[in-house]
Amino acid sequence: MSATASDTGGKFYGSTIGKKIVMAVTGAFLVLFLVGHVAGNLQILSGKEKINHYAELLHSSAGLLWGFRLALIASVVLHVKAALELYTLKNAARPIAYAKKAHRVATLASRFMIWSGYVLGAFLVFHILHFTTGQAHPSFDAHGDVFRNVTTAFQNPAVAALYVVCMGLVGLHLSHGLFSFTQSLGLSHPSYSARAKTLAKVVAFAVAAAFAAVPIAVLAGFVK
Amino acid sequence: MDLDSRIPEGPIEKKWDTRRFDMKLVNPANKRKYTVIVVGSGLAGGAAAASMAELGYNVLNFCYQDSPRRAHSIAAQGGINAAKNYQNDGDSVWRLFYDTVKGGDYRAREANVYRLAQISVNIIDQCVAQGVPFAREYGGTLSNRSFGGAQVSRTFYARGQTGQQLLLGAYQALERQIGAGKVKMFPRTEMLDVVTVDGVARGIIARNLSTGKIEAYAADAVVLATGGYGNMFYLSTNAKGCSATAIWRAHKRGAYFANPCFTQIHPTCIPVAGEFQSKLTLMSESLRNDGRIWVPTKKGDERKPGDIPEAERDYYLERRYPAFGNLVPRDVASRAAKLCCDEGRGVGPGGRGVYLDFSDSIGRLGAGTIRERYGNLFDMYERITGEDPYTVPMRIYPAIHYTMGGLWVDYNLQSTIPGMFVGGEANFSDHGANRLGASALMQGLADGYFILPLTVGNYLAQTTGPKVDTTHAAFQDALKGVNATTSKLLGIKGKRTVDSFHRELGKLMWENCGMARNEAGLKDALQKIPALREEFWKNVTIPGVGAEMNQELEKAGRVADFLELAELFATDALERKESCGGHFREESHTPDGEALRDDDGYCYAAAWEYKGPKERQVLHKESLAFEHVHLTQRSYK
Amino acid sequence: MRTFALTLHVWRQKSAKDGGRFAEYKAPNVSEHMSFLEMLDVVNQDLIAKGDDPIAFDHDCREGICGMCGFMVNGSAHGPHRGTTVCQLHMRHFQDGEELWLEPWRSAAFPIVKDLAVDRSALDRIIAAGGFISVPTGSAVDGNATPVPKVDAELSMDAAACIGCGACVAMCPNASAALFTSAKIGHLGLLPQGQPERHDRALKMVAQANVEGFGHCTSVGECEAVCPKQIPITFIARMNRDFLDAVIHERPQSDRGGSG
Repeated sequence: MSATASDTGGKFYGSTIGKKIVMAVTGAFLVLFLVGHVAGNLQILSGKEKINHYAELLHSSAGLLWGFRLALIASVVLHVKAALELYTLKNAARPIAYAKKAHRVATLASRFMIWSGYVLGAFLVFHILHFTTGQAHPSFDAHGDVFRNVTTAFQNPAVAALYVVCMGLVGLHLSHGLFSFTQSLGLSHPSYSARAKTLAKVVAFAVAAAFAAVPIAVLAGFVK
Repeated sequence: MDLDSRIPEGPIEKKWDTRRFDMKLVNPANKRKYTVIVVGSGLAGGAAAASMAELGYNVLNFCYQDSPRRAHSIAAQGGINAAKNYQNDGDSVWRLFYDTVKGGDYRAREANVYRLAQISVNIIDQCVAQGVPFAREYGGTLSNRSFGGAQVSRTFYARGQTGQQLLLGAYQALERQIGAGKVKMFPRTEMLDVVTVDGVARGIIARNLSTGKIEAYAADAVVLATGGYGNMFYLSTNAKGCSATAIWRAHKRGAYFANPCFTQIHPTCIPVAGEFQSKLTLMSESLRNDGRIWVPTKKGDERKPGDIPEAERDYYLERRYPAFGNLVPRDVASRAAKLCCDEGRGVGPGGRGVYLDFSDSIGRLGAGTIRERYGNLFDMYERITGEDPYTVPMRIYPAIHYTMGGLWVDYNLQSTIPGMFVGGEANFSDHGANRLGASALMQGLADGYFILPLTVGNYLAQTTGPKVDTTHAAFQDALKGVNATTSKLLGIKGKRTVDSFHRELGKLMWENCGMARNEAGLKDALQKIPALREEFWKNVTIPGVGAEMNQELEKAGRVADFLELAELFATDALERKESCGGHFREESHTPDGEALRDDDGYCYAAAWEYKGPKERQVLHKESLAFEHVHLTQRSYK
Repeated sequence: MRTFALTLHVWRQKSAKDGGRFAEYKAPNVSEHMSFLEMLDVVNQDLIAKGDDPIAFDHDCREGICGMCGFMVNGSAHGPHRGTTVCQLHMRHFQDGEELWLEPWRSAAFPIVKDLAVDRSALDRIIAAGGFISVPTGSAVDGNATPVPKVDAELSMDAAACIGCGACVAMCPNASAALFTSAKIGHLGLLPQGQPERHDRALKMVAQANVEGFGHCTSVGECEAVCPKQIPITFIARMNRDFLDAVIHERPQSDRGGSG
């Protein structure tokens, strides 16, 4: 019997580890995107021209932009598809729940990955409608005045609060997701995986805090 | 029937080679036409099942546990001996042979022991190749330690879990054959009878412990590797499910039972904590390498161990046996502990304990080194007792650990039932009256990997009888018998639980047939055992029905067998008026209290033949010749 | 000696086919020196005396090595104490008046046999799929022919210490057998003897775990927290790496057979 390409593919994605590896790789890509995203966001602290110029730069090549957007969409789709499939398997793996269940070491983040995932999925839709396409924005400027779009939006405390809370969830999701990434790809090792856990938390909350800094700065009046 | 041990002719070094050459072989293409039943999945059974399947036989393997990986070989801690001489310290096949015969107090068969020592080297190779993670030196070579009083370092080990690792090696080989379809595994299935057709073993009756279904299984040969019967004493280091049932029922079908009174009491177990105690836990005797054993010199000294000054401590092993000190063989160490406690100098609750003290070694080597060597054992001790052995001396006491006696087998490991072979602790063969530390694993694997696959094949090559299946009358009769016994047990509906009988039997045996035996005590036991057995069959209560998982029913069958075996045990102990190895008759000792053998009267293996429920068993003697290791009184002074 | 009373809520179920429920029992005279199973023995003796069916639970060696025992105590596999099987869990860790909930391992791959006893043969089938080194009896070279670095032997032993009790599966929120499977893959994969089959082993064992219906690993670490041998989840990472390596490097077997 000889293995064919589709055999290999089936063995890979057909197994729970294959699905986890897909989640790890797509998740890692999305995290890298978030790091770039937040680095861009923080330019708003340097003023209107800086951020608007940056936005213009991003839109300069439609091909590149859409190529990147498609990669992002694909990542999100694959990440969510694998997550939902695994979640179904998980429920099948334990059809009868425990009457009493302790949590010995599981962190809040790790236990609520699927729920933080659901909320972030919904947030993602809102966020695109809010800042990319504008339907959810009360006074959207479609001509690239990103600065105005952001500041007017976050001057509403409810909107700012929503973003801050969701960024907290991003931090939570990433704090476990980044560690899980090292496990799923087999990057961990007895001598550094304790540090991997800590590092994952640091990166996750740094990203989240950087994102949250913008609405907080706007609301607090630092950015006008 | 005469006992023919079928020892090959020729010099002892050539006997196994001679036998291997003389054996009949089964043509490779014909092996798949034979089916072998293996009962038990420990080192002997698991290794035999896997190896015979590799050769091409079809194997049916049975175990009472839920997985073959749980056989009680798994609990062996210390190590496995082999005459590799990797340490260049003067070991050799001859020396291992010599030590084992002498350690067994000259009651084992020389030819078998020599073969065991020869095969020991192959075992290590096999296990390493299977991936057993033995301890290693920094250069990557295998590490050895001296164990149980041996003067050379020939013990291979994997932390304190050597039995587990060797068993997992055999289990993995077995699972490979299960996956390949050559072994059909029957977990949670307990053998309840052997079926013989025209006097030849042709199958077994077994009960599925999950469903309660009792079924017959036919084969061309049967191998029993079901371990020892130490649980007769209720409290022992054996697993709760260990029993004599398989070998006892085979005995009642015609297999002679040899040296039933040869039991090993392990000196370093955690003492009994209370009436509820369900089993005893062994602390590896490797601890004696660095621990010093002592009791207070004063009787009834209630002070904490740390408050007892050096001058008021009796390091009794070092005092009595200056050459071997704390490393005397197990039987000697156990009896010495009992003597101290009998004198009223025992420590801990009930005064049945002695100290095993590491403070000197910790002072000399540091707690770190001690933790490196024994950390897992210290942790286990603390889990069980709640005391920290790094600061407070351990309390230990002897406990029943291993039974050297078992079904009589010839050199080919065949019992007196043709076609029925017995391996591992279940047979009587290699340890004589006392087993040396780290030799049980060696024997189980020698039998399983290297002896049974050949000798069973030799037997199969010569079988001429017609194939039988379970529709044969012999199977149907045996089935009826087993069903009737089960119904009878369930129908008693008396007042006492199975455990209460088992505890009572255990106490009786420990008092009268334990570490020291005398005529009066044995005769007393022979009065009380039948009475207890009679009460059992009138007054035991077993809830539930037979056609379901019924753990009380399982226990009841095992206790019923212990109640019969106990009588043979006491009879054998009474018959053997000498002291040898683990069998200490108070009437037979040297002026300074050491065991005194009587080679003129008792230099034989006692093989008992079952004659019927009311009949006295008949003793057959296989006389033992010691041509190479000359009979001398053991001395560890 | 401290003695105290406990209330037990025990899952009772006659067989895989029957439904189950919790039943309440009193354990009035628990000694601090008892093991958890000895405490149940005493409860069972009382039940038998009353003519009731005793609680069925698996156990054998009662010294923490055979892996036969195990059930949930208040939602923790083998109870609350780290590195301890329930047979070695001693009652001194409990207080007078405590209520304890005893449940069987719950996993689709572990059908209940009776009460607290489950069928874990799925774990055996994972081993049968590839958890071995194919070395027929007699074909071994000398034990010292292949040096094994001490650090590898020790790490291998860390994984090999697995007792196959199933606590990892029971405690995992996804009923995953990843720790069990990875322990065997790690044990054999760390040794030179295990290299020829390393990729094949990973593929086959992982595939079998999926066929048996075990869930996936989400790296929460509940398994290592309850593992009686404290096997760390770094072995799961190692398994994942072996699996990925195997997928990438898988080579077709030659179909030019025939040795005659």
